Amino acid sequence: MINWPALSVFIVLFAFVTVLGFLGAYWRRGDLDLLDEWALAGRRFGTLVTWFLIGGDLYTAYTFIAVPALVYAQGAAGFFVLPYTAIVYPMVFVFAPRFWTVAKNRGYITFADFARERYDSRTLALVVAITGILATMPYIALQLVGIQVVIAAMGLTGQGIVRDVPIIIAFIILAAYTYRGGLRAPALVAIVKDTLIYITVIAAIIIIPMKLGGFAHFLSVAGHELAARPKPVSLILAPQGYSIYVSLALGSALALFMYPHSITGVLSAASANVVRRNMALLPAYSVLLGFMALFGYMTIAAGIKPATGNEVVPQLFLHMFPAWFAGFGFAAIAIGALVPAAIMSIAAANLFTRNIYREYINPNCSPRAEASNAKLVSLVVKLGALVFVLIVPVRFAIDLQLIAGCWILQTFPTLIVGLYSRWFHRRALLIAWILGMLIATVLWVRNEFSTSLPLSVAGSQWHVYLGLVMLVVNIAVAALATWILNMAHVERGQDLTKPGDYTNEVVGTSAA
Amino acid sequence: MRPPLRRAGARTRWYWLLLLPFVCMLWPALYARVDPTVAGIPFFYWYQFAWVVLSALLTALVYRLSRD
Repeated sequence: MINWPALSVFIVLFAFVTVLGFLGAYWRRGDLDLLDEWALAGRRFGTLVTWFLIGGDLYTAYTFIAVPALVYAQGAAGFFVLPYTAIVYPMVFVFAPRFWTVAKNRGYITFADFARERYDSRTLALVVAITGILATMPYIALQLVGIQVVIAAMGLTGQGIVRDVPIIIAFIILAAYTYRGGLRAPALVAIVKDTLIYITVIAAIIIIPMKLGGFAHFLSVAGHELAARPKPVSLILAPQGYSIYVSLALGSALALFMYPHSITGVLSAASANVVRRNMALLPAYSVLLGFMALFGYMTIAAGIKPATGNEVVPQLFLHMFPAWFAGFGFAAIAIGALVPAAIMSIAAANLFTRNIYREYINPNCSPRAEASNAKLVSLVVKLGALVFVLIVPVRFAIDLQLIAGCWILQTFPTLIVGLYSRWFHRRALLIAWILGMLIATVLWVRNEFSTSLPLSVAGSQWHVYLGLVMLVVNIAVAALATWILNMAHVERGQDLTKPGDYTNEVVGTSAA
Repeated sequence: MRPPLRRAGARTRWYWLLLLPFVCMLWPALYARVDPTVAGIPFFYWYQFAWVVLSALLTALVYRLSRD
């Protein structure tokens, strides 16, 4: 049965955002036939727009679905998102402005551009690009899953192709305005998305606990319910859960700002100081995410029994909100899927165009050919994600997204360490990347597609995040290989960046 | 343009403060317990929420201090 009040509100908000997306092309006008303008909106965004953009980019629809689902299923373990997001910004505060500065000075659009010049190696740039594209594809697919979930919750549940019509429409619209306006479109939509999300979550965090007898009460009810499950789960993290909790938090934090879509967000800022200020302001979204994690407990305490984890949030909204406001919340989630999906497709298109197409296929392409190629690739990427989501089981998309985090971490020595030191040999980084990707993938498959790796240490079993383990392995291999290659006097290549490129901001950049 | 020499040294010194959230958040034995509760909310929850806010304030402080 179709929930008309919810669906009406949803459609109105979605239509509004569609108009906005198309207007994006005219916002802060620039020559959209240049990659810098199309993909990075001319690197002119000030503190506030950057805050909306990066917040809307990182806190994806899928995050909003998955985190409460995790808490619903596993209790305290799902709260690793709090340490994760509490440490990620202080860390990124240190290195992101440095990357912004060198990117501005040298005209980089992707992290792979940096790897190419820093190590004088287009192969290293290629593997960084491949990793980024591989990691981004399942992530875009999961945004579509987020839209599917809320559309189904409103009763649009037809059979076969009919079921997929809404999501296909949503994606055609998204693809069209991203093609036209580039990063300006999701930046403008992000302002609406984030506003809707803040309103929804703040309303939920006030209204739902009131209905459930207060914070302390719903927590203790949820605690009792969790303890009474066939496989009891704890409200307070148990000691055997420490290792996975910490390693997931740390590993996720190390990975977050190496994702292509994060980089695109950072590079669109107008100055390194805009990036710095945002690292102090973005935690507002983390508080929001923490509140959303509590939704998992609210669902348990309210006695709602969703059929699958993905339905935790939609069912909670439907039970606790009047229908029209549930529709408002669903629109927030669906629009919340469009922003990251657009930025991710732009970021993947940049990687393909800059580091594969221009590097290997058409080295002499003009700046305009470069931009038009990127626009086309952004369409292909989205189409790929759409087909992926329509034919592959959702479970596999989720598993792929988890291993994608481990893959991304394999570029850490090249990118983040590389920002500070050129100690690692370029060939060593390549060898470590190949080994790291292979071993991570094999372990993931053998571990039944789980990234929680069981390790026996001194007779006791610990679970550790695969990505973090493989990062340690990668660094060890890279160090050993560097030592051997240096002994053999293998050519290290020339560093095309200069120390000043990392610290001196370009003259003429406004300090907005 | 500001003189680059003065900036680098003054800036990085304060960065060490940013290690604090790592120490306080990546050691769950410190906070994985019920007491003390605040308004009935277990320590595990309000401590971590408080640190999300504290680490933001700390980042803002380091930003202020490290600007010339």
